[in-house]
Amino acid sequence: MTIQSSRTEDAGAPRTRANILLAAIRYVFLRVGVLPFFLVFSLVVFSLISNQFLSIQNLTNVARQSVYLVLVSLGQMLVLITGGFDLSVGTAIAMTSVVSAMAMVALAPVMPDMIWLAILLGAGAGLGAALLIGCLNGLGIAQFDVSPFIMTLGVQSVGAGIALFLTGGVPISGLPYDFGNFFGFGRVLGIPVPVMIALLAIVGIWLLMNRTKLGSHIYAVGGNVRAANLSGVNTKRVLFLAYVLCALLASLAGLLLTARVESGETNLGGTIALESIAACVIGGVSLRGGLGRVENVVLGAFFIVLLQNGMNIAQIGSYMQMVLLGSLLVLAVILDQFRYRMLVGDR
Amino acid sequence: MDNANTPLVEMTRISKEFPGVKALDGVDFRLQRGEVHVLFGENGAGKSTLISILSGLYRPTSGSLRIDGEEVDLRSVHDAARHGIGTVFQEFSLIPTLRVFENVYLGRELKRGPLTDRRAMAEGARALFHDLGFEIDIRRRVSTLSRAEQQMVEIAKVFLGKARVLILDEPTASLTEKETRKLFAFIAKAKADGVGIIYISHRIQEFREIADNISVLRDGRLIGTVSARDTSEKTLVELMTGRAIDQIYPEIGRQPDGRTLMTLRRMHGAGFHGVDIDVRAGEVLGVAGLVGSGKSRIWRSVLGLQPIRSGTVTLKGRDVTHAATRHMLRGGVYYLPPDRKGEGLQLAATARENIKLNLLGRAEIVGRLGIVAPRRARALADKIGERVGIASAHMGRIVSKLSGGNQQKVLFGKGFGEERDIYIFDEPTVGVDMGTRAALYRLIKEIAEAGKAVVVISSDLPEVMNLTHRLLVFSKGRVSAELTGTEIAEENVLKYFFAETGIQP
Ligand SMILES: Nc1ncnc2c1ncn2[C@@H]1O[C@H](COP(=O)(O)OP(=O)(O)OP(=O)(O)O)[C@@H](O)[C@H]1O
Ligand SMILES: [Mg+2]
Repeated sequence: MTIQSSRTEDAGAPRTRANILLAAIRYVFLRVGVLPFFLVFSLVVFSLISNQFLSIQNLTNVARQSVYLVLVSLGQMLVLITGGFDLSVGTAIAMTSVVSAMAMVALAPVMPDMIWLAILLGAGAGLGAALLIGCLNGLGIAQFDVSPFIMTLGVQSVGAGIALFLTGGVPISGLPYDFGNFFGFGRVLGIPVPVMIALLAIVGIWLLMNRTKLGSHIYAVGGNVRAANLSGVNTKRVLFLAYVLCALLASLAGLLLTARVESGETNLGGTIALESIAACVIGGVSLRGGLGRVENVVLGAFFIVLLQNGMNIAQIGSYMQMVLLGSLLVLAVILDQFRYRMLVGDR
Repeated sequence: MDNANTPLVEMTRISKEFPGVKALDGVDFRLQRGEVHVLFGENGAGKSTLISILSGLYRPTSGSLRIDGEEVDLRSVHDAARHGIGTVFQEFSLIPTLRVFENVYLGRELKRGPLTDRRAMAEGARALFHDLGFEIDIRRRVSTLSRAEQQMVEIAKVFLGKARVLILDEPTASLTEKETRKLFAFIAKAKADGVGIIYISHRIQEFREIADNISVLRDGRLIGTVSARDTSEKTLVELMTGRAIDQIYPEIGRQPDGRTLMTLRRMHGAGFHGVDIDVRAGEVLGVAGLVGSGKSRIWRSVLGLQPIRSGTVTLKGRDVTHAATRHMLRGGVYYLPPDRKGEGLQLAATARENIKLNLLGRAEIVGRLGIVAPRRARALADKIGERVGIASAHMGRIVSKLSGGNQQKVLFGKGFGEERDIYIFDEPTVGVDMGTRAALYRLIKEIAEAGKAVVVISSDLPEVMNLTHRLLVFSKGRVSAELTGTEIAEENVLKYFFAETGIQP
C-alpha cells in the first residue's frame, strides 16, 4: 500500500511568458484540434526546403487539386459526426465515373445537336449510381443496425466489382469534348469550375450543419443516439440521409475527376477513403461522433493536398508518402483522444 | 371532444413484457386535466415502463391508450409529443456534445424560412431558464454540466413545449431544496392551466405538497389509487412494500474519539475556496449544500478526478495531494460517484459482473498463481448483491436493462468488494425506493460502527440530517457551518445554505 504523490502540475506557478504560450496552445488545441500545428509545421518545413512552395502559383495549384478531396471529406464528415464512417467513398467515385462515362458515350451519338443534354443525362446517371450506393449504406446501417465498418466495407467491394465488371478494367474514352472542357478545365468569372463547385458545396454544407434542422440532428445523433431518440429525433432517417449525402458528395467529386481525366475509370478513388478520413480527423472531427466543423474539415483536406504537394516538391517518393500519411492519421487520432478527454471528460 | 368528464389520459389493462420479464400486468391508469398524479412503488415496480408507454418509447404488449377520449397508437416519442405529451425521462435525454440551448430545442427547432434561427432559440432558452430560476449559462456544452444541472436542463426541455400532459420521472432526484421549490411552483402553474401531470418520486415527503392522487405499483401490478390528502406516509410505504417498515433511518453509534484518517487543509480548486475538513474513523460525516456549492467537487478533487489548485490532503499521515485516483483507491478510500451512467457502471455487463470486477483483489477468490476461482467469485458477488438488496433474479441481468434504482444498488454493491477505511458516498440513494434505502442505511450503520470513516454527500436533506453525526454545510465553495448533535435541524441547515461567508466562530 504505497501512495505516491505525483506533483506534476504545480499549483500557482507564476504567469511567465512560457505559461501564456502554453495556455494559448491549449486553447487553440481545444477549439480547433491538431490542424493549426500540423499546418504551421509543414509550411515552415516545406518553405525551407523549396522557395517555390509558397509561391502564388503553387498555392493556386494546390487549391485546384484539393477540390476533389474537399468534396469527399465534406461527405465523410457528415457520417463521422453521426458516429460512423464511410469506406465506400472510393467506390462511389468509381461507379460515378464509369456509369456517367458509359452513358455519355452511348448518348452523345444519338443526340449530336443536344450534346449538353447528353452530358446532363450522363451526369445524372452517375449521380444515380452513387445514390444507390448511399441508399444501400444508409439502409444497412440505419435500418438493420449493421456496423458502418462492415456495411461500407462490403458495399465498397460490391461497387468496385460492378464497376470493373462493367468496364472489363479498361478506361472508357471518347467523352464529349465539352464535358471535359467545362467541368475539368473551364472557368466562370475567372474561377476554375471545379473550385466554383467546391465553394458552392462548402457553403451548402456549412448551412446544412449550422442552420438547418437536419444538421442539428446529425450532431445530436452522433452525440448520443438514445438521447436523440428520446428527444423525438427520427434517428434512422438522419443516419440514412447522412450516408446518402456522403455518397452524393463523393459522386460530385467523381464527376469532376472524370471531366479532368476525360475518361471513365475504375481506379479514380483509390486512396480517397483513407485520405478523407484523415482530413476530417486532422480537422478536428471526433471519431466518437457529435463534434466537427465544416471550415476545419475544408482546411484539413487542403492540408493533406498541401502535404502531398510539398512532399512531391521535396521529391519524397510515393511509397514513402503513404507511410507518412498513415502515420499522420494515427498521430491525429491519438491527439484527438486527448482532446476529447479534455473537452468532455473533466467537469 | 373537450368534455370535462373524459379523462385526459386513460390507459386500460396495459401489459408490457420484455424478454423474460413481465414489467406491467394489466395496469389501469387515469389522469384528469389539472391533476397531479403520483406514481409510487419500489425499484423495478414498473413506473418508468408505464410512462414510457405513454411517451411513445415502448409499445404495450396489450391494452389500450386513450388521450382526450380518443384511442391512439403512439409509435415514437415524436408521435407522443404531437399529442401534447412531454416527458422528463429518468434516463437523461441530453446530447453531451451540444450546447444547453441546442438541447432544449432539439427536435423542435425554431425556423426562419428553411433555416434554423439560432438567435431566437438562444433567446428563448435564456428567458425560459430565467423564468424557471435555474442559473445555467445556456451556451455551455451539456458535457460540462453537473448531474443536477443536467437535470435542470432536462426539466426546462419539457416546460418549453406546450404540453397537455407533463410526465416527470424522478425530476428531483439530484436537486436540492431551492431548485425543487422552483419546480413545484411551475408544476402548480401548469396545473392551474389545466395540464395533467404525472409525477414519479421516491421522496415521499414531497407528495403531500403537490399531489392530488397517488397510484401505487408493485411488481408490475396496480395495487391501488389513493388520495394524497387522506393517506399517511406509513400507509403508503405499506402499500408499496406489502409490509410495514418501522424505521427508515437507523440510530448509528459513534466512536467517541475516532482517529482522524484524512485531513484537508486550505483546499482551493474549481468550485471551492479555502476548505478545511477532518474525516474521522467511526463517524458519519454529512455534507450538504445547494447545487454548485462545491460540496461534491471538493471530494472529486481529493480523489484526483479534478485538479487541486492549492492546499494539502493527508491520508493516514501521508501527503496525498495530487495523487492519482488509483493510488487513493489503493490507499483505502472508496468513492461512490453520483453519476451511475457516466462513471459508475459497466452498462453492457450484468449486475454480477459489475460487482465481481471490484472483487478481483480479494484474497479468498484468488487461488494460487493468482488465478481467480470463478465459482467463489460468483458466490461472493451474490452474497454482496443480497446485502445491498438486489433480487437474485436481477444479478444475471444486463445493468442497462435494470430499473434506475436497481442500478444504484449495483453501484453501492461495488463498494463492498474490498475492505476500505474511508467510504465517500456522493448521492448514495438517488432513485432508490424507501424499503431499499432503509437497507442501505443499515449498511452505512454497519460500516461506521465497525470503525470506518463514512462521508455522505447528499442533496436529500432528511437523509444527511438523520444519518450523520457531524454535518458540514457548503455555501459558495466554502464551509458555512459545521453542525453536530441537536444543531442539525432543518431551519439551521437551510439558513447556512445561503450564507455568504465562511464559518463563523
Ligand atoms: N428495456 C428493458 N429490457 C428488459 N427489461 C426491462 C427493460 N426496461 C425495464 N425492464 C424491467 O422491467 C421492470 C420494471 O422496470 P421500471 O424501469 O419500469 O421500474 P421503475 O418502477 O421505474 O423502478 P425505479 O424506481 O428503480 O426507477 C424491471 O424489472 C426492469 O428490470
Ligand atoms: Mg424508473
